[in-house]
Amino acid sequence: MATQPATLSPSSERSFLQRIRSGDAVAHTLTGMAASTILAVTILLAYHLWSGSSLPRSAFGWSFVTGSDWDPVAEKFGALPFIFGTLTTSLLSLLIAVPVGLGAAIFLAELAPRGASDALTFMIELLAAVPSVIYGLLGIFLLVPFLQSTLVPVLVSTLGFLPIFQGQFFGVSVFSAGIILAIMIVPFIISVSREVLLAVPQDQREAALALGSTKWESTWKIVVPYAMRGIMGSVFLALARALGETMAVTMVIGNKPQIATSLLAPGYSIAAVIANEFAEATGNMHQQVLIELGLVLFALTVLINGAARLLILSTKAGGK
Amino acid sequence: MTLSFRRRAVNAVMLTLTGVCTFLVAGVLLVILGYLAWNGATSLSLDFFTKLPVPVGETGGGMANAILGSAKVLLLAMLIGVPIGFFAGVYLAEFGDSAYSGVIRYATDLLNGVPSIVIGIFAYALVVQPMKHFSTLAGGVALGIMMIPISLRTTEEFLRAVPVSLREGAMALGASRSRTIFTVVIPAAKNGILSGLMLNLARVAGETAPLLFTALGNPFWSSGWLQPTATLPSMIYNYAIAPYDDWHRQAWAAGFVLLVLVLTVNVAARFAIGRGSARGRS
Repeated sequence: MATQPATLSPSSERSFLQRIRSGDAVAHTLTGMAASTILAVTILLAYHLWSGSSLPRSAFGWSFVTGSDWDPVAEKFGALPFIFGTLTTSLLSLLIAVPVGLGAAIFLAELAPRGASDALTFMIELLAAVPSVIYGLLGIFLLVPFLQSTLVPVLVSTLGFLPIFQGQFFGVSVFSAGIILAIMIVPFIISVSREVLLAVPQDQREAALALGSTKWESTWKIVVPYAMRGIMGSVFLALARALGETMAVTMVIGNKPQIATSLLAPGYSIAAVIANEFAEATGNMHQQVLIELGLVLFALTVLINGAARLLILSTKAGGK
Repeated sequence: MTLSFRRRAVNAVMLTLTGVCTFLVAGVLLVILGYLAWNGATSLSLDFFTKLPVPVGETGGGMANAILGSAKVLLLAMLIGVPIGFFAGVYLAEFGDSAYSGVIRYATDLLNGVPSIVIGIFAYALVVQPMKHFSTLAGGVALGIMMIPISLRTTEEFLRAVPVSLREGAMALGASRSRTIFTVVIPAAKNGILSGLMLNLARVAGETAPLLFTALGNPFWSSGWLQPTATLPSMIYNYAIAPYDDWHRQAWAAGFVLLVLVLTVNVAARFAIGRGSARGRS
């Protein structure tokens, strides 16, 4: 106490400090409670998905994810067609979106002047803000007629010998869903990949060019490998989004629980079946089965988001 | 010489291809906007904003109830999601250097990655099941939960961007930590946080999946907060998949209104924050 300034008496000093501390403590507690709410919500979410699906988990076990019969009225529930549909549409969308997105990211990061690149990126990021139900609307009335009249006839006549392009095409199909998903996820891939490409040190490019490589060689052999983890991270983020996407897929996939070799055949996805059947579930078992599908989707996205975050963090932390 | 020619050719072809990719994506954006604007603007009329939907077979009518329903659901979502996200963001930015804040960050990332349809199941279990009926409230809870992670992230980001010298100045004048935060740091970050809020609202305004079995839908006005309500996105969905031409026109009009709202907010908020730093979305 002896070292305290003489102008303040010990008692007023104590109350002053207490006042400060109590105000800080209130703020700390209040904001800490809000933060804890998030933790509670997340735990409660996982808990509800787990406890809400106890009936089918004990009744079917793992045969739930391997069975392919889906008949709610007869209480037959095999989720394989939905898991298959979710995985095929997502992978198909990656197959289209990754090359296009990476190409565009390279153009925006390496070739375009900074001003034009920023303006184009801004526009492309707006694509990511378009609600998914609007993509569904455009899917039904713009994409499906276009596929039916133009793209699919061309594909069938050139690549029709492949089993994935055989059979009758009704417009709604796994193929249509994959294309809509590709359009929806490409902005993510572009915007994240462009950022990690821009973060590659300039001397990497200069060294490659000084050794006589062309612009493309320096980009493809030096810059892209340097940014590879970040690019992979963007792909995983996009994949997580594609897996959970509901509305646009529901509107164009055809909603038919089958496993077909042809991409032109209608299919079904996990999110779509939840969207279509949850509100009108025919009984306790049916509803719990749909919750279990939600659990599957939750687990998938948690895994993939985790992987994406690790990849992006590791590039930010130490380059390669 | 031949090798050099081949390398130069590969260089030219591949660089051109990257440009093609870019303009392909930008072209898709223009086609989407153009097609929607054309179909939407030609289907839109004043009735859309003022009248109730009409039964199948009659033409005309509007989606006034869905517009109000969306506004109500969004208001509830904001009241639920923003305070939690905001205060938790303050906690992480100002008090959060412990292992516990790492846990909170992880939970937030997890919650942000949960597909919206799964959030819908959660809101159903939280609100619809105990109350035994679908409601505006349940829809608000679903969208509110979706707003939390982004609200937290933007708050934390903009608070961290406030210069340390401002905090030191306030503390040097004798202000306590909490007083510094609430009278100096937060006001300094206000614009960014508000823009982030607008982006966040625009994002959930278009969400359909979590509303399908929470707010459900309603062909009439929904009174109070405990009845099912129509919302703009779910009307677009229901009308688009129905087999009636007149409903399709209404769906285009609704899609157009929704998209104009969402894009206007996005453009305005991004300009307010400054381009490039707007990381509202994951």
